[in-house]
Amino acid sequence: MKSPSLAVVRALKVAVFLLCLAPLSVLVWKGFHEQLGANPVDVITRSTGKWTLTFLLITLSVTPLRKLTHLPWLVRFRRMLGLFAFFYGSLHLMTFVWLDKFFNVQEMLHDIAKRRFITAGMTAWALLLPLALTSTAGWIRRLGGKRWQQLHRLIYFSAAAGVVHFIWLVKADLRRPLTYGFVLAGLLAYRGASWLIARTRSRASVPATES
Amino acid sequence: MLIKKPDDIPSSEITPKSQYLSRRKFMFGAVATGAALAGGYYLRTSSEIDQPVAADGVKLSGIVKSQFSTTEKPTSFKDITNYNNYYEFSTDKYEPNGLARNFRTRPWTVKIDGHVKRAKTLDIDSIMKLAPLEERIYRHRCVEGWSMVIPWVGFPLSALINQAEPLGKAKFVAFETIKAPDQMPNQKRRDVLPWPYVEGLRMDEAMHPLAILVVGLYDEVLPNVDGAPLRLAVPWKYGFKSIKAIVRISFTDYMPPTTWNQMAPDEYGFYSNVNPTKDHPRWSQASERKIGASIFAAKQRTLMFNGYADQVAGLYSGMDLQKYY
Repeated sequence: MKSPSLAVVRALKVAVFLLCLAPLSVLVWKGFHEQLGANPVDVITRSTGKWTLTFLLITLSVTPLRKLTHLPWLVRFRRMLGLFAFFYGSLHLMTFVWLDKFFNVQEMLHDIAKRRFITAGMTAWALLLPLALTSTAGWIRRLGGKRWQQLHRLIYFSAAAGVVHFIWLVKADLRRPLTYGFVLAGLLAYRGASWLIARTRSRASVPATES
Repeated sequence: MLIKKPDDIPSSEITPKSQYLSRRKFMFGAVATGAALAGGYYLRTSSEIDQPVAADGVKLSGIVKSQFSTTEKPTSFKDITNYNNYYEFSTDKYEPNGLARNFRTRPWTVKIDGHVKRAKTLDIDSIMKLAPLEERIYRHRCVEGWSMVIPWVGFPLSALINQAEPLGKAKFVAFETIKAPDQMPNQKRRDVLPWPYVEGLRMDEAMHPLAILVVGLYDEVLPNVDGAPLRLAVPWKYGFKSIKAIVRISFTDYMPPTTWNQMAPDEYGFYSNVNPTKDHPRWSQASERKIGASIFAAKQRTLMFNGYADQVAGLYSGMDLQKYY
């Protein structure tokens, strides 16, 4: 299939951008209409957390999707989706820092050290930070494509830490966190499989060129 | 069409029709709902739901005030009934209200057994007459770090215990929630909690005047979502100790198993007294978010024994509460 024109991609980007803002818009709208239920902070925490993980998984789906569908231009949405994962992750963190801990640094450090689900969540966010900072074209140039790509594999670990954060936080009934876990496992398995296939092919091809 | 004639609610406990119809609980849309008060009978017809509907929303009468009530402003009825843990229905705190709506609370009996003079089965309506109903406005502290102020209606658990005539070797009281997987969706699953939910108290805790059996909320019959028709309220302990929809009360000479303790012994002890100095692996217990407060309001400090230390600390004198959490 022929790639869409630049204008079409730009229009699609605007549409995807607005769509990515929908979860936040819903929260804000509900907040102003007193629709956030008995424990609004809990709702905000859960919603921003859920969308962080969801955007991480969507971002990780871009590569398998573009390869399986032979639509290479899909990669142009990857940075935006990844940045939205970071955006919702930062909102999630801010909810903790502000609405839960009221900037009490001592309490936060205590929580990070003592509560393993918070340790995991903080790790997940911290791993995304360098990726967000180096997401510009300038940084890709500065680091060089290969090193940049290596650095950005941190997203696998961030997503894994995010899922672990969710699993450790749940008291009973692991269905929801495990759903994220299975999707992530599938996305990582795809990468493992393509790496193995690529390696086998290159090994097979080396003697062929030598002989 | 089913015309059910439950004779289990005496007329004295039924509000005049006009008031009763105005209550928010009875929303049946197109469903033909008829309620008639005649000769002490409570009639209900329904073309869509062929079963008697719970009697929640019905006003309770003869409620007396109690010296044990807090003067704090109670949490709204809406928040109390739309945000709670009731894992039999859902692990989501917003869902039990809808899922418990048609839960059947009549007929309902409670089995009293174990080390008692004579095991017996009591009907819920006779239980409701064991002692005068009191309004008990209690602080309610969930182990998850949120709290409410709840105007329960009930009577001291000790009244039922005295009626049960426990033997000398009865050292603990064990409670059991109904097992009704056809009505409680999560009881069909094995990966939530072991069913039925069980709880327990030491005999002296159970006999304490603050420990009550609850049959109402805000002067009305207890809503299904809050554990109708009979639940416990032990305000100095974390909320999960206050077991809902009780069908069995047994007297034992051993510390009975309790559901959350079985699930995660390092997180939930048998006693589970509210204790801000005993950290929980998941949540700080030093402070709590008061339901109904502004999202920008600071959390409030959690008090030892949830503020009931003056009354209950004596039960635990000499015990290491870091060890016996």
